[in-house]
Amino acid sequence: MTAILTYALHYEGEFNKNSLGAVSEGARLAGELGGEAAAVVVGGDDLTDELCASLGKYGAARVYRARAPEGLAQPVVDVMAEVIRDNGYRYALFGGGLLGFEIGAGLTARLGAGVTMEVTAVKVQDGQLVAERPILQDSAVVDVGYVGEPGIVIGRLNAFDVREAANGASAEVVDVDVELQPHSTRATMVQRGEQRGADVNIEDAEILVAGGRGLGNAEGFELCEQLADALGGAVAATRAVVDAGWYPYAAQIGQTGKTVAPKLYLAAGISGAIQHKVGMQSSENIVAINKDPNAPIFEFSDLGVVGDLNKIIPKLTEAVKAKRG
Amino acid sequence: MKICVLVKEVPDAAVEKRMDPNTKRLDRSGEKNLNPFDTHAIEAAMQMREGDAADVDEIVAVTMGPESAFRALHKAVSLGADRSVHLTDDALGGSDVCATGYALARVLESESPDLVLLGQQSDDGECYTIGAVVADHLKMPSLTQVIKIDLADGKLRCERQAEYGYDTVEVELPAVISVGDAINEPRYPSLKAIMGAKKKPLDTKSIGDVGIEPDRVGEPGSQTEVRAVNPPSEKEPGEIIEDEDTNETVERIVSWLEERKLLA
Amino acid sequence: MATAPIEFPPPVDPEQEFVGAPTDPEEERIEVGVAIVGGGPAGLACAIRLSQLLADDEPLLESLGEVPIALVEKGKGPGSHLLSGAMMKPSAMRALFPDLPESDWPTFGTVDKDAVYLLPNRRMTIPLKPTPPPFRNHGNHVVSVAQLGRWLAERAEEAGVYILGETAASRLLVEHGRVVGVRSGDKGRGRGGEELSNFEPGADLIAKATVLAEGTQGHLTGAAIRHFELGTDDPQQWELGVKEVWEVEKPLDRVIHTTGWPLRFGAKYREFGGSFIYPMGADRVSMGLVVGLDYRDATFSAHDALQELKTHPLVAEIVEGGKRVGWGAKTLPSGGYWARPRVWAPGLAIAGDGAGMVNVPTLKGVHYAMHAGAFAAEAIYERLASSGNCDDLSNYEAKVRDSEIDRDSYRSRNMRQPFAKGFFVGGAIANMMEISGGRFPGGRWATHDDATVDVFVGDRDKSYPRPDGKVTFDKLSSVFLSGNATRDDAPNHIRVQEQVPLEVALMWQNMCPAAVYEVPESELEAARDEGNGTVDGKREVKVQITPSNCVQCGAITAKGGRLTPPEGGDGPNYQMT
Repeated sequence: MTAILTYALHYEGEFNKNSLGAVSEGARLAGELGGEAAAVVVGGDDLTDELCASLGKYGAARVYRARAPEGLAQPVVDVMAEVIRDNGYRYALFGGGLLGFEIGAGLTARLGAGVTMEVTAVKVQDGQLVAERPILQDSAVVDVGYVGEPGIVIGRLNAFDVREAANGASAEVVDVDVELQPHSTRATMVQRGEQRGADVNIEDAEILVAGGRGLGNAEGFELCEQLADALGGAVAATRAVVDAGWYPYAAQIGQTGKTVAPKLYLAAGISGAIQHKVGMQSSENIVAINKDPNAPIFEFSDLGVVGDLNKIIPKLTEAVKAKRG
Repeated sequence: MKICVLVKEVPDAAVEKRMDPNTKRLDRSGEKNLNPFDTHAIEAAMQMREGDAADVDEIVAVTMGPESAFRALHKAVSLGADRSVHLTDDALGGSDVCATGYALARVLESESPDLVLLGQQSDDGECYTIGAVVADHLKMPSLTQVIKIDLADGKLRCERQAEYGYDTVEVELPAVISVGDAINEPRYPSLKAIMGAKKKPLDTKSIGDVGIEPDRVGEPGSQTEVRAVNPPSEKEPGEIIEDEDTNETVERIVSWLEERKLLA
Repeated sequence: MATAPIEFPPPVDPEQEFVGAPTDPEEERIEVGVAIVGGGPAGLACAIRLSQLLADDEPLLESLGEVPIALVEKGKGPGSHLLSGAMMKPSAMRALFPDLPESDWPTFGTVDKDAVYLLPNRRMTIPLKPTPPPFRNHGNHVVSVAQLGRWLAERAEEAGVYILGETAASRLLVEHGRVVGVRSGDKGRGRGGEELSNFEPGADLIAKATVLAEGTQGHLTGAAIRHFELGTDDPQQWELGVKEVWEVEKPLDRVIHTTGWPLRFGAKYREFGGSFIYPMGADRVSMGLVVGLDYRDATFSAHDALQELKTHPLVAEIVEGGKRVGWGAKTLPSGGYWARPRVWAPGLAIAGDGAGMVNVPTLKGVHYAMHAGAFAAEAIYERLASSGNCDDLSNYEAKVRDSEIDRDSYRSRNMRQPFAKGFFVGGAIANMMEISGGRFPGGRWATHDDATVDVFVGDRDKSYPRPDGKVTFDKLSSVFLSGNATRDDAPNHIRVQEQVPLEVALMWQNMCPAAVYEVPESELEAARDEGNGTVDGKREVKVQITPSNCVQCGAITAKGGRLTPPEGGDGPNYQMT
């Protein structure tokens, strides 16, 4: 049974982590459903046989490859719709990220299918997929089932773990020739992936070191920057310190700032008031350093360190640098 | 050029919400307002009108929603839309993304717009990129997360935020563009505009008026269903380290991070 | 010698800033028939009553132009900034909607049982029987004014009233000694007052009559009272109320008022007030603590005292197993009869809390506000129908004077002031007043300006419970619950001197339920060190202000600062308060 078809996004010769996670998840679920998982890739020459076949490592039995412009959603909708129809895939799976949402949404219309977005977990019940997603600012989680098939699952960014399959062999690469819909050809990529260095978008960072009033003064942010550097992450700030002019508004997290969900959120000198919490509570791992043992942040941190951040952070920075080499 | 701006009435983000335990749907009886992301779309339409690149004849605000949604349309009109269209029908209640996208496409078809603008997502977090759903039905090119639009020679030159940086994409009209909140700073309506909003034409349409098949919308037309509403998974209470020997504390933190593959 | 906040007046000149002639070119001015400022019970009752009268007078209605009645509201919509207990007497609703059965009113109905308790300390409860007359609420409706406001706004809109939410009235427009309208507030200014890219200036709204129904500490009301010299010799006084709405497991079967703990009885503290607990239907409860702002201990915090109250067995039992679903704060005027200003000027009528129409001993104000709003409508209509202008609205003043508004407040006219002598003496005197129907003791007990009361730094804050997030809560999470999500770069709408003695700074910090004022830790430490262990209250400190937390309760205006309306739409978004 062809169970799950996962979209894998590539760029400059590599598949992104999100996609690998989705392929892994697709394989896991297909296994539970007693069927096969496959992946679909769309692009140009850089989709070599080797690169495509490597998805087998994560459990894809087959990789459908189509030639079409990269980085645009609608051609992929055309490709996936045809592959699903021709081969009877029951579910389409996406690992979140911009294109995943766009393609999944377009596919919803094309196939008249149910779609669930921002999915944090997927399970199998009675031989069908049920997607879990949070609602109401993460205050509840709903189980969403699909009325018909195919069904579309769009994961939250980084929701799915990358897992190498136990018996991951090279995937079979199948070229598909899909005629694109006229409307899919009316958007043209002029320039892809332009870097704008100065603007570090903290919403995309996987690791954030956030500073609050406990830093004492604006200079305290140097500690945060050094630690963030060592960890390979970015720096964020609370409303209070942005108000005080210690750090720019672009880095502000919270009810009136940005909402983030990185893999690691390290809060230095932050008390954890709810106005801040709602901006970062979905972070996967929350570490808090604060000298006040009664700070509310310790109620929802995964690791809380009660101590003087001026002593701890410099040493932590050194230790991290040593580990990461 | 005719621009349709898709808007949505959503519960106020700052007000505590609850799920209705009986219907398993969001209790929408509380405070509502115009989806903040849509105000960016209206602003984008207004800036196009005020710019030199195109002749914008009409900006039409379009919404699908219950009776109360007319307020969102009034707000949209006070921000500059010339008139509005309210698709409302009992049959539409309970529509999921698939059904909603289909219904919106139908009502937009009846307007034949050159450009459809909408906010990237709605404040109630229910859906992202409904623009892409609508575009496929309308058979128009679509782009999301757009933070800059320039119009030249009947084509749109858009900049959008993507995984790997910023993409510049040229899109032919007619098209559906979903804008991110970084695209502009929406204007405030003037008092005159707020007061004049009630007088601008507001067409109410039911599903029959725009050729929507009843079995493709509402609960019958929805392809997903909420099976259960659960409290969020109980987080394991976190570990607490009291710092006495800082070297030891740091060691413990590092191994904690390593265990979770955060030092890769 | 302790410091009184009044020694540090706020940097503001109401006459210059808040009163003036229209400035927009004539063609840009927006003309309406009658402008009403404030979407609370008073303003909405006025709008509804006026539309009722105009509905039967086609020619007059037409003469008022395209927009006969415009109501501006600074919150997101009517109801967003409304907060009260409240027990409402039914008379005003009956007068406004004579054909609507009481069962259809947007209230929680009446409650049969009344109870008043004296709490001598944190453990004991002494029922006061029989229920003292001011606390008998038979026939009165439990109501959430936030809900009532929304319902009244719907009725007003149905009747054709233009309700303009997110619109603050920042200036009173006066020309040749007449009020000709109001100017709406600017939008899109930054923290320093600079114009941002989406700056939108306010507009002059010109009207034949203007009704100020701004509620407590009304911004333009204060300016109007000064400009037209409407005040009496007795300054207005205020109480601060902090309340919460709870979902509860056991239905509450009675209206409860308490007095005593956690307020202190001694005269040196001057803590006047009490609490209320009202059932809102079977599954919710509204509870709050009200305290006079002439208290003296700078470490007193009404919000934290309310949290403390919930630890008393009487209240703990009510909230056990429940969930807090609402929070808010607001001041109410308590100067009563002697402090009520004249309520009219050429082209102007003032109705409701803004005009001090609250009876504190009986805790009633909602129905007085609605009656006053209706009187203002009637007076305006009478003038427009006869002379075509509203230069003389003394007929409005007469209606208020001849009504239960003045009658009831006269009866209680000297009841609040004696409490300056402490709870027991004050209580005894108040009782005598009540028993004698207001005749004894007679005379005129002067009110006093709250800001003239000197403060000292006590140690009240040592007993506040540490918030547990289940029964007791901190200020910041409470502000969050009020629905306040004001943008951080909004201009500072609070006028205070930022460099003040520690006593005054601490008083503001504790007084404010929304944690707007803070004495930075560093300043507190410095004051502690230099005072060798004790705190030097006279030492000047710089107060840190976070205006975006503000829920616009108005307390700061009573205590040495001045609250001005922030950008329209800012502040809380009360749902059930």
